[in-house]
Amino acid sequence: MLETIESMLSFLPDSIVALTIITIKIMVLVLPLMGAVAYLTLAERKIIGYIQVRIGPNRVGPRGLLQPIADAVKLLFKETILPTNANRFLFLSAPVLTLAPSLAAWAVVPFDDGLVISNIDASLLYILAMTSLGVYGVIIAGWASNSKYAFLGALRSAAQIVSYEIAMGFALVGVLIAAGSLNLGEIVDGQRGSVLTWYLIPLLPLFVVYFISGVAETNRAPFDVAEGESEIVAGFHVEYSSMTFSVFFLAEYANMILISLLTSVMFLGGWLSPLTGILPDTMLENTGVISTLLGDGMHWLIAKTAFFLFLFLWFRATFPRYRYDQIMRLGWKVFIPITIVWLLVVAGMVVGHIGPWFD
Amino acid sequence: MNVITNYFKSLILIELLRGLMLTGKYLFRRKITVQYPEEKTPMSPRFRGLHAQRRYPNGEERCIACKLCEAVCPALAITIDSEERDDGTRRTTRYDIDLTKCIFCGFCEEACPVDAIVETRFFEYHGENRGDLYMTKDKLLAVGDKLEKQIAADRATDAKYR
Repeated sequence: MLETIESMLSFLPDSIVALTIITIKIMVLVLPLMGAVAYLTLAERKIIGYIQVRIGPNRVGPRGLLQPIADAVKLLFKETILPTNANRFLFLSAPVLTLAPSLAAWAVVPFDDGLVISNIDASLLYILAMTSLGVYGVIIAGWASNSKYAFLGALRSAAQIVSYEIAMGFALVGVLIAAGSLNLGEIVDGQRGSVLTWYLIPLLPLFVVYFISGVAETNRAPFDVAEGESEIVAGFHVEYSSMTFSVFFLAEYANMILISLLTSVMFLGGWLSPLTGILPDTMLENTGVISTLLGDGMHWLIAKTAFFLFLFLWFRATFPRYRYDQIMRLGWKVFIPITIVWLLVVAGMVVGHIGPWFD
Repeated sequence: MNVITNYFKSLILIELLRGLMLTGKYLFRRKITVQYPEEKTPMSPRFRGLHAQRRYPNGEERCIACKLCEAVCPALAITIDSEERDDGTRRTTRYDIDLTKCIFCGFCEEACPVDAIVETRFFEYHGENRGDLYMTKDKLLAVGDKLEKQIAADRATDAKYR
């Protein structure tokens, strides 16, 4: 389809054609992502409602399915309140600084074999860089609001994200050693085989550390001290209203989806089908509908991502918020030692060509 | 030894998994939400909702302006003026309940010697202007006339406990 568009635009200069193609690719990625974010909020309200023996939103549209749209429209039409003593420029740029990196990181995420906006070799490094940049938005939001709750929230979140960044980075080093590549597509290819060859098994501690750090990175419960509604109201975004608030909201949920997706790409074999090795290969590689569904494909990635997103919501409904010093202890004194020890184990396994994973 | 077992217990997150199992079970429990306008919870005959003034079957209003309700009202929501009617009985010329002050304690109903002021089971009302929630004698009598059947039935069921 892209080729037809390319040939239609052939009378234009090459640079403009390339730009158009990239813009189309970005739109194709970002629009469904925004939809997913909207419906993730509904899923969150529904699932947490169900766990609390409630029904959750069910009035707008059939079974409450139009609720996110109603919420979006409500937020759009509200007034953006600028606090009198806030730094206007920073106050308004903070939400953008939060959303931009969390969307930019999606550029290197592979959805299927070769289905990626930008197939760069250092994509793991790029992801790490982009997810860390999000903390600037939070700090700037807290500072520019000129409010003590916002400032406290920003401080907490900055310290927390920086601490968990290290454990997360070490967990990713484990994946890097195992796959021998920084390219996310090649990492998935390295897990090809069957369910047993996914990195989940040899890297189990790193997987747990990575996912928990991911929950902490996105400031989700039980690590949501940066928002801490029972102590500092809403943390760094107390002063934000209307669209500026909803941009923070979008960024948080886009980050959640990103972390879930990366976890499935790096530890659960991305788009690889879990049925390979169980069912005969002929069943998976034919062209029919059933073998398309059973074989490798984007739907498996989406299913795995949905599972991790469910875990995010399940955690939020289950665990009380960590105390701040406990969060710091967990990050520095538990996760970092575990990851360092397991890095040695992984390195040993790779050097010794152990098991079905590294031979 | 205990320290070591505890260490490993916390390391494999056993307690967190137990917590997750518990909430996971609740995910599939029967939901207890009452979908209000369509579903309603059962209501006691002693329910204290909107006030009403009752009449005798011959159409005579019950209230004898004894002002016990006005005296007992803890929120000072009731205002009564009275006069002697031509037939020699004492009756109210004004009987107002300010619903914005009323706390729905039911003391007025208990104090009333002739069961004239009662609280009904009707609670789904609203006011669109400031005066709408200021119940005058006419409004109270109108509510009473409208709901008399249910009011009488509720008093009858409750009578044996009084």
